[in-house]
Amino acid sequence: MRCWIGGVSVLGPGLPGWAQSEAVLAGREAWVMAEAIAPAPAILASTERRRTGITTRFALAAAMEATDGEADRSVLETVFSSGNGDGMVIGAMMEAMHEADGVISPTQFHNSVHNAAAGYWHIAVGSTAPSLSVGGHDGAFAAGLLAAATTAVTGGGAVLLCAYDTPMPSPLSGVRRTDFPFAVALVLRPESGLSARATLDLRYVPEAAPVEPVGDDLDALSAGNPAARSIPLLRALATRREALIRLPMLDDAYLELLIAPC
Amino acid sequence: MWPLAITASSAVSALGTGVAPLRAALHARRGGLVRTDFPGGPAGTWLGQVAGLDIAPPPELAGYDCRNNRLAEMALRSDGFEAAVIQARERHGADRVAVILGTSTAGIGATERAYAQREPGQTALTADFDYAHTHDLQALPNYLRVRLGLRGPALAVSTACTSGARAIMQAAVLIAAGVVDAAVAGGVDTLCRLTLNGFGSLGLLGLGPCRPCASDRDGVSIGEAAGLLLLERPGSDGATLLLGAGASSDGHHMSSPHPDGLGAVGAMRAALAAAGLRPDAIDYVNLHGTGTRANDAMEDRAVHHLFGDGVPCSSTKGWTGHTLGASGALEAIIAAICLEDGLVPGCLGVDVADPEFRSRVATGNLAAPLQRVMSNSFGFGGSNCSLILGRAA
Repeated sequence: MRCWIGGVSVLGPGLPGWAQSEAVLAGREAWVMAEAIAPAPAILASTERRRTGITTRFALAAAMEATDGEADRSVLETVFSSGNGDGMVIGAMMEAMHEADGVISPTQFHNSVHNAAAGYWHIAVGSTAPSLSVGGHDGAFAAGLLAAATTAVTGGGAVLLCAYDTPMPSPLSGVRRTDFPFAVALVLRPESGLSARATLDLRYVPEAAPVEPVGDDLDALSAGNPAARSIPLLRALATRREALIRLPMLDDAYLELLIAPC
Repeated sequence: MWPLAITASSAVSALGTGVAPLRAALHARRGGLVRTDFPGGPAGTWLGQVAGLDIAPPPELAGYDCRNNRLAEMALRSDGFEAAVIQARERHGADRVAVILGTSTAGIGATERAYAQREPGQTALTADFDYAHTHDLQALPNYLRVRLGLRGPALAVSTACTSGARAIMQAAVLIAAGVVDAAVAGGVDTLCRLTLNGFGSLGLLGLGPCRPCASDRDGVSIGEAAGLLLLERPGSDGATLLLGAGASSDGHHMSSPHPDGLGAVGAMRAALAAAGLRPDAIDYVNLHGTGTRANDAMEDRAVHHLFGDGVPCSSTKGWTGHTLGASGALEAIIAAICLEDGLVPGCLGVDVADPEFRSRVATGNLAAPLQRVMSNSFGFGGSNCSLILGRAA
């Protein structure tokens, strides 16, 4: 299955957006650890903006940058993928339910749905296009990539993929470790065009991904957040070189990605 | 991409285990909602609760044990579903069968229990709590995938109350893209404190059993269910067909539908376009019809906009309750029953439809030859999905 990668974005530790991270990802500048920060989504009206937590903010910031070059964001079909969803909201509701009055906030409840980030995105850009939200545990980026690529090649239109995860609060953090926030977004198209940055040939392989040798500090981030498993793909895009990437999806399955610059 | 054949299906709901009790209850107009106290939920709520969730996963998969995976296990064991999947596995190869399932909360009940079991002053969750195999959304498709010996992709779709329908639609996408030849698709969602208290916090729980499309409807009754479908390219065996699916977003508000149902119209139009059908080809619309004031009024406007008053429509949530991330899958199976039996199941417990509604709401059961049925699902986050099922040609 082949599709074309257009816009791209990344937000993570020492990776403050694609424009400011491309040189680091390409190896022309050293990666330096720095806290990942997501801006408040200026694109949302203030009422909605106040209701968004950091998980949605990371997702929306990545989705915005990846679609900077789009003539009309609202026409893009979307796939949002996240292992944890909004763990801050789930954790707060779990705590609230175990207080004496057991009352939970209605705003938190509607923010607890796994498709909350997608919902805010479509509100923000005024989009009625279809949207899919998937989980995937540690393989959430691969799950989203498979869903987005199959949607693009069968539907015929551009698809925005946004993968994001943020750390869980205590005590959930004790049973589900996520080391830092990370978000990545890509625009996938079923055909080439002026804005295409690379071709992506994708194949599902029903075998455990081969164990890769540990790379540098930047590669090591991959283990700290499901969305950070995109780092090898992002590095291939930044260096504009052909690359073969084996992206773990399940314990016994991976996606084989062949990236070639346009 | 279309059509696909539904070569096997399995349903578990408050109406019983298997398609047969679901079918019998629809014909007999015998609902499954009861007033009960779910532990930690709002007192005296009408629920569509599944009885007999006592079948644990096999010992080698014990880590997956939770209410949601037990419900999935029950569905697997009913209607010959497991055997049908194993046959499909042998036909296509284990790596050519995907598992794509919708759920809103998976096994979050296990997390609720882990919180409740802490001693006073204890912060950490109990040591035996297995988050990855219970609470995590991926636990559901992974469980059925390993349980059925499949090696294809496993996807957990979670788009609130459209999850089941959206999973079926994405399964069709994976088959069309050539990634697999068959898919176990559908949804499984179970009662939990978070959902019940959440709907309570929004003031959306009805005081009695839910009565979709009634003028004095006052809210939802939450239910739990599993709906599993085996989807394959059609052969010549006369299986019920999935003729098309369509999705849209509201882009309007997180928990209130667009008042004129623009998103709902978009999803229904997209499904008709996918199936290559005009609205007059649809013989019955199974509504999302949750029984809330806003949802039902919006859906009436949307259905009337496309179908006028020419097509009978009704919600079956008066029987099962709103089974959330399973509802789209459960109601696809109900749509298949309606097609097979020539049945329009009028809204349960409703004498007269809301006089302000302009679409043709059925309130009693009608016998009618049906060729094609549309099933609607809408959810928080502004997610909409419509499926169209049809009799084999």
